[in-house]
Amino acid sequence: MTRYEAVIGIEIHVELKTNTKIFCHSTTEFGGDPNTHVCPVCLGLPGVLPVLNKQVVEYAIKAGLALNCEIAEYSKFDRKNYYYPDLPKNYQISQYDLPICKNGYLEVETGQGKKRIGITRIHMEEDAGKLVHQGTITTSPYSLVDYNRTGVPLIEIVSEPDMRSAEEARAYAEKLRSVIQYAGVSDCRMEEGSLRCDVNVSVHPVGTGEFGTRTEIKNMNSFRSIQKAAEYEIERQIEVLENGGRIIQETRTWDENKGITVSMRTKEEAQDYRYFPDPDLVPLVIEREWVEAVRNSLPEMPEQRVARYIESGLSEYEANVLTASKEVSDYFDQCLKTYNNPKMVSNWIMGDLSRLLNSVNMEICDCRVKPAQLADMLKMIDSGTISGKIAKTVFEEMFNTGKDPETVVKEKGLVQISDESAIAAVVDEIIAANPKSVEDFRNGKDKAIGFLVGQIMKATKGKANPQLVNKLLKDKLS
Amino acid sequence: MQLYQMTAHELHRLLVKKEVSAVEIAKSVYDRTDDLERKINAYITLTKEKAMRQAEAVDAKIAAGEAIAPLSGIPVAVKDNICTKDVRTTCASKILHNFVPPYNATVMEKLEANQAVLLGKTNMDEFAMGSSTENSAYFVTKNPWNIERVTGGSSGGSAAVIAAGEAVCSLGSDTGGSIRQPAALCGVVGMKPTYGAVSRYGLVAFASSLDQIGPFTRDVADCAIMLNAICGYDPKDSTSAKVGVPDYTSFLINDVKGLKIGVPKEYMAEGIEPEVRKAIEAAIEKFIELGAEVEETVLPHTDYALPTYYIIAPAEASSNLARYDGVRYGHRTEEPENIVDMFMRTRSEGFGEEVKRRIMLGTYALSAGYYDAYYLKALKVRTLIMQDLERAFAKYDVLLSPTTPSVAFKMGEKIDSPIQMYLSDICTLSANLAGIPAMSLPAGFVGNLPVGMQLMGKPFDEGMLLRFAYTFEQNTDFHKRLPLL
Repeated sequence: MTRYEAVIGIEIHVELKTNTKIFCHSTTEFGGDPNTHVCPVCLGLPGVLPVLNKQVVEYAIKAGLALNCEIAEYSKFDRKNYYYPDLPKNYQISQYDLPICKNGYLEVETGQGKKRIGITRIHMEEDAGKLVHQGTITTSPYSLVDYNRTGVPLIEIVSEPDMRSAEEARAYAEKLRSVIQYAGVSDCRMEEGSLRCDVNVSVHPVGTGEFGTRTEIKNMNSFRSIQKAAEYEIERQIEVLENGGRIIQETRTWDENKGITVSMRTKEEAQDYRYFPDPDLVPLVIEREWVEAVRNSLPEMPEQRVARYIESGLSEYEANVLTASKEVSDYFDQCLKTYNNPKMVSNWIMGDLSRLLNSVNMEICDCRVKPAQLADMLKMIDSGTISGKIAKTVFEEMFNTGKDPETVVKEKGLVQISDESAIAAVVDEIIAANPKSVEDFRNGKDKAIGFLVGQIMKATKGKANPQLVNKLLKDKLS
Repeated sequence: MQLYQMTAHELHRLLVKKEVSAVEIAKSVYDRTDDLERKINAYITLTKEKAMRQAEAVDAKIAAGEAIAPLSGIPVAVKDNICTKDVRTTCASKILHNFVPPYNATVMEKLEANQAVLLGKTNMDEFAMGSSTENSAYFVTKNPWNIERVTGGSSGGSAAVIAAGEAVCSLGSDTGGSIRQPAALCGVVGMKPTYGAVSRYGLVAFASSLDQIGPFTRDVADCAIMLNAICGYDPKDSTSAKVGVPDYTSFLINDVKGLKIGVPKEYMAEGIEPEVRKAIEAAIEKFIELGAEVEETVLPHTDYALPTYYIIAPAEASSNLARYDGVRYGHRTEEPENIVDMFMRTRSEGFGEEVKRRIMLGTYALSAGYYDAYYLKALKVRTLIMQDLERAFAKYDVLLSPTTPSVAFKMGEKIDSPIQMYLSDICTLSANLAGIPAMSLPAGFVGNLPVGMQLMGKPFDEGMLLRFAYTFEQNTDFHKRLPLL
């Protein structure tokens, strides 16, 4: 059987987090009653004109710099003409041949180490509205249109066809999301549609230089579906070729439930968008001073954070895990502000916190335990108020209720017993009750002391200060 | 002399002296309109109640001893492609027959700030496409000088109301000559300002890179007054120019001694009717007599203006008019089978022949595989035409030519021959392609029909055009002749 190589390129639409739309003053706030976040300009009513939101350009430049792009000195907006009821003007204002950014790259961790994925271009455009059907699109007796999203600013980031596997595609998308979040230009909330991916896939026999015919899988909104869809599509194409078939250039959709891609439209039906420069908007001349000012305003990016974390004593692995998501990394940094022990904080975030988050499928930004609360709890361990072991119980309670660690400890009576005389009494009790173990210890079986400690902790419901227990026990047995 | 026959500056003087009230002026104009509208058909919508309220407000201000602006209380008509809040704006198209904008065009805001009185919305060629106002979906406006003849277009209604005494000043829009050509055929003053001098916000777009709003008036002084009111930077229009606005009345100087006029020989060529040329030659003689220096010059790419225009304008129009689809406002077809059927039938029913013709032309010119050959090439030629004009203006203060090749033609004469109709704008198109200011003013008669003279100037040099026009007007009396109605 012939061995095949896959070629994957990705187009990602990212919603920029400006307060107002790209060409008017309407709010970009998510949700709202249908058609309440609109004005004559974003509705494209007769006679009104677009005026470019400067913040959009700044964010696009920022994204471009974060992705190592060249920022154009001269750029312009074009009209992409097509009919659809959710597109008020029946053209979308976008950028065609002179996008604001080009020639960038992103470094991605792959099975074979670091790999550089090229970024062809980034351009700015306006979003369209959304159709609401009663039932399904084919059987609905009528359709309603909500224009709240119309004119929400987007950037489209187009990669080079540099990825060779579904895993790489996923890694690229994940890394890109993280970089965009770090740059602070988008929330990248996939469930709200503020990050959407189209994946282009082709395959060709290994050894042949030429790429195969590609298909485009539209509108995926999770990293998992990107990987699954690409995997499916690679296999599907190989199968077609193996059976002597031919791949046709087409647009496909990913059916999440069935786990397959389905044809949407073939190239024969492809749109002629009749792009031309939008005469309502003047060309964009971007001053170099502005680009430099934006560059200087770029926040710390993941690579820089990784370096800083390693410097502070974390392993490369830990640093990479913590920085994979900006929210996690921000959480970590917040903790350090009041409790400067990176290793300890890292252990808790990567351990108990992520375990609990995973168990209820929650994002860290929705977590009820705020960084300062985790830090307070860690301080209570250091001061001996609670033991490390009890902290696990305290933390779980904090996670479920959002209560402060002090409150939890007080309510549950979990304060560590550090009173020597109180512990000494229990130690005496346990020694008296376990002569066999005492003898074993005295005969050189060091392990036996572990059993005794366990018994003491059990008797104190884990509240005894472990250091003190060890010290007292050894004193009494020697 | 009746109030409806007077100019804005004459009426202003009477208002300030309290010899007449704004209500009386408005009544005079509306009475005239009542008498004439059945004959002329210039208005699509009249806004009488609103107008009377506005006039009363001006009178109250005068009574209170407050100062008023030069346009306060002056009755103004507005072309029906300029959006007026709460007043329907149809573009003379069936597709917008019921469209009432919830906003004002910036020029309307400015007129309201000046307390001008809005009389109503004037007839036009549908979506400003045409040169005779015969393409209105509602009715044809007739030329006050001869009601068997056209007013020109597309701002025919706005030109006719000035000639007929149905308004004192009016606004039109000029994409390829749509102010100057009807001004010429109706014997009034019409100006297309520099592209960017007047905000396009609220002007229903035909071809965005060419469209410009401008005034129609009875004389040159009124033209300056209107420019003072409507020019200026507008943050709502990205193509609006951030330049200072001079007081245009300061250019009303009766002196052109030593100033230089270029007469492009291409504009006096065989396409121009001999009698029109004769009138323009006489006007040139007048300028020489008044001390201007006149020279023949060349604009070598003039022949390409028409084809260039008929690529660029329809291309932009095909995109600008895509929004009229029946989804949100305006006409929608009844009981469509599906969404595509709805789009197609709505547009088939809503648009007239000329609009459809241009949408098809533009769609074709922008299509994949044709873009480079047509649209891109047209943009390049547009640059050459601009360079021709730049070179000429390095030498001359104004360029002088006929505004139109002929006087007003008969209704129906050219309507079945698009190319013949397109040729009516042959002298005016270049100014739109280059974005320069140009105006037309009465410069003679052929029989009882007016001849228009076109003056073109450097960008933002409207003042120079006003100066030449004012000097000509002060030394001739063509503008004083009135049509017999």
